[in-house]
Amino acid sequence: MWLLEQADAAAVLPEIILAVIAMVLLMVGVFRKGETANFVNLASLFGLAVVALLVIFGGSGRMTAFGGAFVVDTFARVMKVLILFGSAAAITLSVHFMKEQKIEKFEYPILILLATVGMMMMVSANDLISLYMGLELQSLALYVVAAIDRDNARSSEAGLKYFVLGALSSGMLLYGASLIYGFTGATGFPEIAAATAAGAGGLGVLFGIVFVIAGLAFKVSAVPFHMWTPDVYEGSPTPVTAFFSAAPKVAAMALLVRTVFAPFSGLVPDWQQILVFVSIASMVLGAFAAIGQTNIKRLLAYSSIGNMGYALVGLAAGTQEGVRGVIIYMMIYMIMTLGSFACVIAMARKGRQVEEISDLAGLARTDKMLAFVLAMLMFSLAGIPPLAGFFAKYFVFLAAIQANLVTLAVIGVVASVVGAYYYLRIVKIMYFDEPAPGFDPMHGEVRLIAVLAGAFSLVFVLIAQPLVNLAGAAAASLF
Amino acid sequence: MYQAIVFLPLIGALIAGLAGTSLFRMMGREAEAFGHDTGHDHGHGEHGDAHEHHHQPPWPMYLTSALLIVTAVLSWVAFIGYLHDGGVQKFEILRWVGSGALSANWVLRIDTLTAVMLVVVTTVSALVHVYSIGYMGHDPHQARFFSYLSLFTFAMLMLVTSDNLLQLFFGWEGVGLASYLLIGFWYKRPSANAAAIKAFVVNRVGDFGFALGIFATFLIFGTIDFDPIFAGAAGQVGKTMDFLGYNVDVMTTICLLLFMGAMGKSAQFLLHTWLPDAMEGPTPVSALIHAATMVTAGVFLVARMSPLFETAPYASDFVIIIGAITAFFAATVGLVQNDIKRVIAYSTCSQLGYMFVALGVGAYGVGIFHLFTHAFFKALLFLGSGSVIHAMSDEQDMRKMGGLAPHIRITWVMMLIGTLALTGFPFTAGYFSKDAIIESSFASRAGPGAFAFWLLVIAAAFTAFYSWRLMLMTFHGRPRASAATMEHVHESPQVMLIPLYFLAAGALAAGFVFKDYFIGHDYDAFWRGSVVSTEIIEEMHHIPAWVIWSPTVAMVLGFLVAWLFYIRRPDLPATLAAQNEPLYRFLLNKWYFDELYDFIFVRPAFWLGRLFWKRGDGWAIDGFGPDGVSAWVVDITNRVVRLQTGYVYHYAFAMLIGVAALVTWFMFGGAH
Repeated sequence: MWLLEQADAAAVLPEIILAVIAMVLLMVGVFRKGETANFVNLASLFGLAVVALLVIFGGSGRMTAFGGAFVVDTFARVMKVLILFGSAAAITLSVHFMKEQKIEKFEYPILILLATVGMMMMVSANDLISLYMGLELQSLALYVVAAIDRDNARSSEAGLKYFVLGALSSGMLLYGASLIYGFTGATGFPEIAAATAAGAGGLGVLFGIVFVIAGLAFKVSAVPFHMWTPDVYEGSPTPVTAFFSAAPKVAAMALLVRTVFAPFSGLVPDWQQILVFVSIASMVLGAFAAIGQTNIKRLLAYSSIGNMGYALVGLAAGTQEGVRGVIIYMMIYMIMTLGSFACVIAMARKGRQVEEISDLAGLARTDKMLAFVLAMLMFSLAGIPPLAGFFAKYFVFLAAIQANLVTLAVIGVVASVVGAYYYLRIVKIMYFDEPAPGFDPMHGEVRLIAVLAGAFSLVFVLIAQPLVNLAGAAAASLF
Repeated sequence: MYQAIVFLPLIGALIAGLAGTSLFRMMGREAEAFGHDTGHDHGHGEHGDAHEHHHQPPWPMYLTSALLIVTAVLSWVAFIGYLHDGGVQKFEILRWVGSGALSANWVLRIDTLTAVMLVVVTTVSALVHVYSIGYMGHDPHQARFFSYLSLFTFAMLMLVTSDNLLQLFFGWEGVGLASYLLIGFWYKRPSANAAAIKAFVVNRVGDFGFALGIFATFLIFGTIDFDPIFAGAAGQVGKTMDFLGYNVDVMTTICLLLFMGAMGKSAQFLLHTWLPDAMEGPTPVSALIHAATMVTAGVFLVARMSPLFETAPYASDFVIIIGAITAFFAATVGLVQNDIKRVIAYSTCSQLGYMFVALGVGAYGVGIFHLFTHAFFKALLFLGSGSVIHAMSDEQDMRKMGGLAPHIRITWVMMLIGTLALTGFPFTAGYFSKDAIIESSFASRAGPGAFAFWLLVIAAAFTAFYSWRLMLMTFHGRPRASAATMEHVHESPQVMLIPLYFLAAGALAAGFVFKDYFIGHDYDAFWRGSVVSTEIIEEMHHIPAWVIWSPTVAMVLGFLVAWLFYIRRPDLPATLAAQNEPLYRFLLNKWYFDELYDFIFVRPAFWLGRLFWKRGDGWAIDGFGPDGVSAWVVDITNRVVRLQTGYVYHYAFAMLIGVAALVTWFMFGGAH
């Protein structure tokens, strides 16, 4: 610890530990004889748990490291715990799936761990340099994970597409960062804030913000930077897709929140316009495009695009309530989406994955439990009270209305009505259509995650108060 | 006893309606065993499908008829009791509505006015029931028919025994419902359905006013029970209230609104158009509902509310004017109609106008007396014409009749008695009641009294003309029907003739026997305040002799012209019609009221309906509503999905376009 304190890196302890664990496991995987994947999986989960405990109990209040380039506050802690949870769920979901698909590799959990390190850095980034570092660490791991089924053309295509477009977005982000540095003379968020407050920048900084936001919007797959999402979601193995749609989204959203507030809190009316546009475009496209899908993974990809649009409604409000709304939204969204993908992973017949929506036909008669859980998740995603998804939307729309963005809120409500169609269509297919042949029995851990997610969306109304308070405290730490 | 009078018809209706119809289905062919005892060899084609000759158990019709006869006997007992003695009696059936300040209990209120109505309703109803045993004997749905008849009777009795306005409104709507069901009894005939709907809709207009009147009464008096309203009416004279933005006189407004209901139910001028069309129903229905009882409900309402109308002279004047115009208008239309039932229908309309004139001038007893006598002779005329139609193999057009008297002598005699009574031949029922109305209108000090007097005298002449025209065209002269039809002409069975005898007796004697009670020396002792007593009863006995003679002269004049036209010079009517073509057409088309209403109300309503349907629903709701939106959503979805080409360079292009758009936005005005 003394060493870390001397290096001004005490606040980075959880990230360092996770990185060390990842590298040790890599050595174990490479040099240990025989089947190592199981051990690595378990060790990874254990490591994630340890790190989560470290994040939760490793001190409170605002801590910084590396001369202020890295910051840990309540917001960062909450988001990190969410990310760790999402990563753990992604590893859990993959265990049996990878075996059955014969793509079991010990590198997979290690890549997830490395991506998680990157995500945790993103959440704590307080400097354009640390921002980019975290983002790239995460992205590089994700590019590989997307193509993990490397003998599968679709999976390879997904990884390649993601890589090419991700590189483009990174380029944009870097270009934006250089513009900001050029016009303000600083890379640290507090310094940039001071410079803009002193009147530096003007249109140049605005251009920089546009490019940075474009780069980050790519990561949260907001329209018009979303195009990779459906293809990658469809092409990647389902547990990978589940991972993509959960933890990285939370990390990118957290990064976006900090990036627009910490250095540019004085420019709210400017970046608000960007976010309003991106938010509306995402909600509307997510709602409409999903209707035309027959593949459940593509459908969930558009669902995810739409949900990012709703989350951005809260961010676009530009207020503390808005950030609270975003945190609540991401929390609920992550759990619902993990539950949904757990159900998709359960869609297998005789060891082969099926992904068409029509394969769900009459599920209520072949697997009551799964059908009920998926129905609850779909109702929740559609925003039907008293399920969790309703409250998620409620808080962001509330924030938007309080910030006088009534039009945005109305468009959001209309889009969610359109979106309700495709969620309810799945429920209708499961409950009212002629049954298709049943699925293979679910594995326990997949069932567990699905049921927990379904239960969460059902009982959220009862446990909402402490979670909302926590989100409020996290939001307050940013201001 | 009064409970029995009111509820026996309901019991009959329920048993016949529920058990009678379903039992028939269950018993199936066994019903043959019961057979039917009416001996004639053809059905009444008026009932479209009668010729299928379904045989069904006749007990529903015997049961309902028997119950009605019992009811009628009980009513007469009660009535005779009221001739000399008896005040207001009340029998509480149940506590009905208690809501805030509004309380309305189901109470049978019996006084002289109610007793009179009981006799009229139950007597005519019982006779019509019996008549229908013969008339409807072949109808496959006779159980339903008798059930409706008894249901109607129950509703009518509810109406006349009511003790508050809500109860009265219940009966009022009940008879409206029964009327609708019976007009449309042969529901396979489009014209019957149309007539039933028309009757219902036109009555809604009146009922709207009636309901507003009840609301206004509750607003002003805080109650809808009769006694407190009557007691409080005098105290409200001269007070005003807000209505439709105007400050109006309380009592005048209430009375006019209530009278609006009466106008609808009693087919008064402007709301009369449904009554002639209601003749689509079976003829016994016309006799019971559309001549003797239901249409007189309006008269009863005004008489019952006489304490209110006495405090509202302007409303009473309005009643006189409407009544006189109706009497005159309907008589003119009756002059030229060729359908035997329509002539009698317009006659009914006209006679109802007479009654309202009497009520308007304050001679309430006289109006009710005419209601009483009119019930006998008008039911007689209707049932008699039913007998004629029956004899003529369902021919209703008088132009195709003639010379029937030798063939159906009894019917002829009956119709003759009815005609004499209607035209006011000395010492028949109409002579006392109708002439009394004309005298009271002359004696009236009300402004429109003189106006009403002259219209009524002219109408009396017209009445005589069209009544005799009916008689002469039907029974006398050269037969105009085909030889086959004439061969077929036969007298009706006894079951149809016996009711006629009773009614004929009433038509001849009712006036003479009861005139002292209703309008004569025993007026106050008889009515005992159940209708308001005014000086006019006394004044009408002190008028010039020429006034007393005027209706008789008018009657003789009408008869002579009819005799001239249809016996002496049968070519004259055609010549006259040709000479006065516009006038003839005007009368033949009933003053063009149907066409006028069609133009003012019906077509705009249809136009509005079509607008809402085609433009509103089809274009706007389907176009922009659920269907349109879903089509639009699918359209957008297809376009959006097509954007997802799968090519990386398209995706990169979209990203660059997005950035370029945002940058451009900030370059041109977005920046703060």
